[in-house]
Amino acid sequence: MFLELNDLLNASPDRAEPGKLTLLCDAETDGSFLVHHFLSFYLKANCKVCFVALGQSFSHYNIVGQKLGVSLTTARERRQLVFLEGLRSAVDVFFRAEGEAHPLQFLREAKAASLQPLYEFVREALKPVDQREAAWKSPVLLVDDLSVLLSLGVGAVAVPDFVHYCRACVCWHGKLRVLWRTPSPPAQRGRSLTFQYKIQDKSVSFFAKGMSPAVL
Amino acid sequence: MGHSVTPPSRLGRLSEGGGTMDAPPLPLEAGQPAVTSSEGVGEATGRSREMLESLLGPGGLVLLRDSVEWEGRSLLKALVRQAVLRGERVHVLGCEVSEEEFREGFDPGTNNRLVYHDLFRDPLNWSNTGEALPGGPLGVLRAMCRRTGPGPVTIALDSLSWLLLHLPCTTLCQTLHALSRQDSRPDDSSPVEHVRVLGLLHEELHGPGPVEALSTLAQIEVTLSGTGDQASAHILYRRPQHRPTHKIQWFTILPDFSLDLQGGSPPKSQPHPDPRTHPVDPATHLTFNLHLSKKEKEAKDSLTLPFQFSSEKQQALLCRGLGQATSHIFYEPDAYDDLDQEDPDDDLDI
Repeated sequence: MFLELNDLLNASPDRAEPGKLTLLCDAETDGSFLVHHFLSFYLKANCKVCFVALGQSFSHYNIVGQKLGVSLTTARERRQLVFLEGLRSAVDVFFRAEGEAHPLQFLREAKAASLQPLYEFVREALKPVDQREAAWKSPVLLVDDLSVLLSLGVGAVAVPDFVHYCRACVCWHGKLRVLWRTPSPPAQRGRSLTFQYKIQDKSVSFFAKGMSPAVL
Repeated sequence: MGHSVTPPSRLGRLSEGGGTMDAPPLPLEAGQPAVTSSEGVGEATGRSREMLESLLGPGGLVLLRDSVEWEGRSLLKALVRQAVLRGERVHVLGCEVSEEEFREGFDPGTNNRLVYHDLFRDPLNWSNTGEALPGGPLGVLRAMCRRTGPGPVTIALDSLSWLLLHLPCTTLCQTLHALSRQDSRPDDSSPVEHVRVLGLLHEELHGPGPVEALSTLAQIEVTLSGTGDQASAHILYRRPQHRPTHKIQWFTILPDFSLDLQGGSPPKSQPHPDPRTHPVDPATHLTFNLHLSKKEKEAKDSLTLPFQFSSEKQQALLCRGLGQATSHIFYEPDAYDDLDQEDPDDDLDI
C-alpha cells in the first residue's frame, strides 16, 4: 500500500472501516495503482478479501503486490483472499455443463440480464466458513473493474444492481470513482480534494495541484 | 423502538413556532411570502416552515431533481419530517439506502410515525428468502394506490430514479398518476383528502424524455443547485389554470432535518461583487514588483507610443531635413570585420 495515499485518505490498516463504498474512477489515465493500493491495504489490515479481477491475471497482481509487501499466493492459501481470475475463468464458462452455475454465467447468455450469479459467488466467498475464519476482520470486495462488465455486454442497469446488492451485503471497494460523501450530518456536502500524483517503482507521491517539482 | 407514539392531536403544537396548523397556504407569486396564522417563535423559523409548507401544498407529485453535486435526499427527509409534524401518515419507499440510513437523524417521534417499505435489501428477489416485498417495486407502488384509510397521506419515493431504471417509463407514469389522483372520487361525498407524492429524481441518470415525462406530471418541481457551499432550490409551481410561478430559495438543512433559509440571494458568494469591498489586488503576493511609483506613472502616461501617428510625429517626419536629430549609428569595426562597402544586393533587380 502507498503510505502517502493512506495519509491523504486518513486511513490506516488498523482502522479499516466497515460498511463503506469507495468508487475509483479513471478517465484518460490509468488508476490501477489505486487497486493495488487497496488490495495490499486490506490484506495488511487482516480483512477477508474477495477480489473479482477482470482486467489482469493473478500473477500480475501478485508481482505488484510483492513490491507493496503482500503475497497474494500466501493470502490465497490461507483463505484470506478469494481471487476470481476473470481472464481464466471466462474460458471455463464454455466448458461447463449446462445448468452449472458460474459467476461469469452472463457470458453464455444471449442477453446478459443479470449479475446474480456473480453476486452469489461474492456472497459465498465472504461468508465465514468455520471458526478459524472468524479471525479475519470485516469482509472486503474489490472489483477491477466494473467497466469491463459493460464491455462484455452486461446491461447498464445490471451493473448498478450488482453494486447495490454487494453494498447491501458486504463492505467493498470497486473501481469507478473516489468521492467522499457522508450521509449525516446532511448539512455537510461531499468533500472533494484534488491532487496530482507521480508513480514510482514502489511508491506514489502526491502533490497539491501545481506544486510538483516537475512543474515548479 | 421503545418510545411511545405521540397522539396525533398533540402534533400540531409540536411544530416549531407553535400556532395552529391550518390547510397549507397556496404558493403565491415569486417573492411574496405565504402568510400563516401565526408567525411563531422566530421569523426565520416561520419562513423555513413556509417553504416546506409550500412544497407540501395541495396533493400531487412533488419532483425533487438532484445531482451528484447537489444531493436531494436531505431535502426529501426534511419534507418527510415536516409531513410527520403535520400529523399526516407518511410512507417511504426506500430503494437506494438502507432503512437505518434513511431513519438516521430523525427524532424517535418522526421515526415512529414513518412507515418504511424496504426495497433496498432485496429488490430483485435474489436472496430467495421470501423476505422480498411481494410484486417487486411495481407491486409495492400499486399497493400504495389502494386507499388505506382517511386522512392526508404523503408518500416519499427514494428514489424515483431507481423506479425509472427498473420499470418501463409509461408504467411508472401511469402508476404515479393513479397514486396522486386518489383524492378525486366522483362517487364519494366525503371531503377530498390529499395524497402527496414526493419523488427524488437524479437528473444525470436519465435522458431528457423520461425526465420531461415526469416533469409534466409534477405539480411542484424543485431543482437543486447552488454555488460554493451554499445550496439552492429552484422551485416551479404549477397550478391548474394558472401560469407557472418560479421561486429561488437558498437554504441549509440542519442535522435534525429542519431548514435554515437564507433569503432570496446567496449570503456570501454573491453573483455580483459587493461594491463596498475592494477586489483582491492580484499583484500583492508576487516576488517581483508590479507597482509603479508616481514618477514612473507620470513617465508612462506621457510616453508617446511608437506607432501612434499624432500631429507632432507628422511634423517631425516632414521637418527631418531641417536638422532635427535623427538616430546615429556609431560603429567600431573589429579586426576581422569585412568592410566591403559594396552592397551585395546591388545586382538584385528589385
